[in-house]
Amino acid sequence: MDKITTIQSRFVPMPIENIDTDQIIPARFLKATTRDGFGKNLFRDWRYSNDDESQPKVDFVLNHKIYSGEILVAGKNFGCGSSREHAAWAIKDYGFKVVISSFFADIFKNNALNNGLLPITVSDAFLQQLFQLSPADTLTVSLEAQTVCIDKSGQKESFEINSYKKTCLLKGYDDIDYLINMRTSIEQFEQQIA
Amino acid sequence: MAKTLFEKIWDKHVVKQIEDGPSILYIDKHFIHEVTSPQAFKGLEKRGLSVFRPQQVVATADHNVPTLNQHLPIKDELSRIQVQQLIENCKKHQIELYGLGHPFQGIVHVIGPELGITQPGMTIVCGDSHTSTHGAFGAIAFGIGTSEVEMVFASQCLMQTKPKLMRINIEGELNKGVVAKDIILYIIAQISASGATGYFVEYAGSAIRALSMEARMTICNMSIEMGARGGMIAPDETTFQYIKGRQFAPSGESWNQKVQEWSVLYSDADAVFDQEIHIDATAIQPMITYGTNPGLGIAINGFIPVAESIPDEGERHTIEKALKYMGLESGKSLLGLPVQHIFIGSCTNSRIEDLRQVALLVKGRKKNEHVQVMIVPGSQQVSKQVQAEGLDKIFQEAGFEIRQAGCSACLGMNEDKIPAGEYCISTSNRNFEGRQGAGARTLLASPLTAAAAAITGVVTDVRELM
Repeated sequence: MDKITTIQSRFVPMPIENIDTDQIIPARFLKATTRDGFGKNLFRDWRYSNDDESQPKVDFVLNHKIYSGEILVAGKNFGCGSSREHAAWAIKDYGFKVVISSFFADIFKNNALNNGLLPITVSDAFLQQLFQLSPADTLTVSLEAQTVCIDKSGQKESFEINSYKKTCLLKGYDDIDYLINMRTSIEQFEQQIA
Repeated sequence: MAKTLFEKIWDKHVVKQIEDGPSILYIDKHFIHEVTSPQAFKGLEKRGLSVFRPQQVVATADHNVPTLNQHLPIKDELSRIQVQQLIENCKKHQIELYGLGHPFQGIVHVIGPELGITQPGMTIVCGDSHTSTHGAFGAIAFGIGTSEVEMVFASQCLMQTKPKLMRINIEGELNKGVVAKDIILYIIAQISASGATGYFVEYAGSAIRALSMEARMTICNMSIEMGARGGMIAPDETTFQYIKGRQFAPSGESWNQKVQEWSVLYSDADAVFDQEIHIDATAIQPMITYGTNPGLGIAINGFIPVAESIPDEGERHTIEKALKYMGLESGKSLLGLPVQHIFIGSCTNSRIEDLRQVALLVKGRKKNEHVQVMIVPGSQQVSKQVQAEGLDKIFQEAGFEIRQAGCSACLGMNEDKIPAGEYCISTSNRNFEGRQGAGARTLLASPLTAAAAAITGVVTDVRELM
């Protein structure tokens, strides 16, 4: 898994609440058997009319050249609905490394963390401030310090992450590495409950 | 110390608690299907590992499969490859597969319970958010992502942080025409599509106790639609009677011992929940959704909220966006709205009781000529039962089309899709934009409400036909 440390970047604002995983990656694109290439279908039906790449929807933010960056900022309850990890893969594959919202659906949050995509929960007030910024403004995310900073004003917001997950992300470890090393304890547990 | 139902099961499954981190939680049963498993198998193989406990994994093909001519090769190439890969992966890792053509094949959350694999006190996971269905048996059951599927393959464990606990108490008798689907749509409308995020929910109260197992599954199934990790109901005599005699249920001396173990699975009288909600069952009417998340529901004889009058800006935008997509207006009733499609199926409402309810209502009636009605039984066993009870004849005479088992138009992965701009009353669980096909407009409702609209061709209060 890719390591995450500090990210300074512009961001893409999506001030919409309850963005579900069917919007992030519609079910018809879940037929692949690898983890790659989902980025081109990210928000497919919000990006294109009639599922046609030659007909981009002009009012959708990903089709605005002025918005760019490795940070996606979205309204509350981001990632609700289906457990499809393809949603996290699509966001990552598109080029985002961080998603900021005031509230994440649980399964999405886990899926993101398991793929080195950092979900950051901020206050509603801070989120609204981010939506007011201009497209040229940049944010700095420090996982080590657990802060998001608006570079222009220097304003900082702290975020929570449990120390186990933080270590995993900083070092690029995943849970499987940990669990495999636990197999002896797991076998002992199985004998106890048998 | 007093414990909740959840805590009694959770505590028994913790292998290790990591300091300031998650618990290592042991998983008893792992269901898999063709869509969320291939990358997990690939990941496992890349690490040079095999499945740690293959006998605790059960597989089926459901999300992607056609619901017509299942005996023929799958036409869509990508779907065919995905299903084929499941067959190969299961063979390689010695996992039991109830694939296409197998008498046990069906929607994963239908077959687990009907085969007696799902049992009280278990921890159950699947790479599918509706895994919460199995909680109806007093199990901790929840949906996981593909990386987590790989973790369970590798170690039969997951790293999990203990969720907060919520109890929803529903007391009283249900009104005429009100079934389990209405209860859960009502709850979600009350607390919103994110009202239980971060929580695991226990459903309790006299209205829940009075429900059959299949009705309880419908309720637990949609827990995720209010954001909950899962939902559960304490097992009781209804649970034990349902499990008894099923294919993989314990039998003989082992049965008595199991029932004894299961009988202590309830929340102690003084157990503490982080949040408790009380609902009066008599306040619930048949429900229908008007928007693009399952929390946007109203009583069938109610009115769509007036968007402009909603103070919260985010919520107002959500409703305005939803109404625009749905082609509906603020403040209006849905009664009388012409619909073009009826879908009766999905892991929420495709079990034999659902289909019996529909048959009872439509017997001797015919569908409206302007609607297409598709019934997709949840499993091969449900299909067989439909035929054994002669329900298929009732459906055929009514002009309904009966398909073969699968997830079908619930998520529009196979060819069962609703055309853009058309309305579908669906017994499934999600009304998200494009869920049933790009541009499709979904109105979630109970099998009874769906059947009523099949007959009249418009959104109808089923009580008028009862």
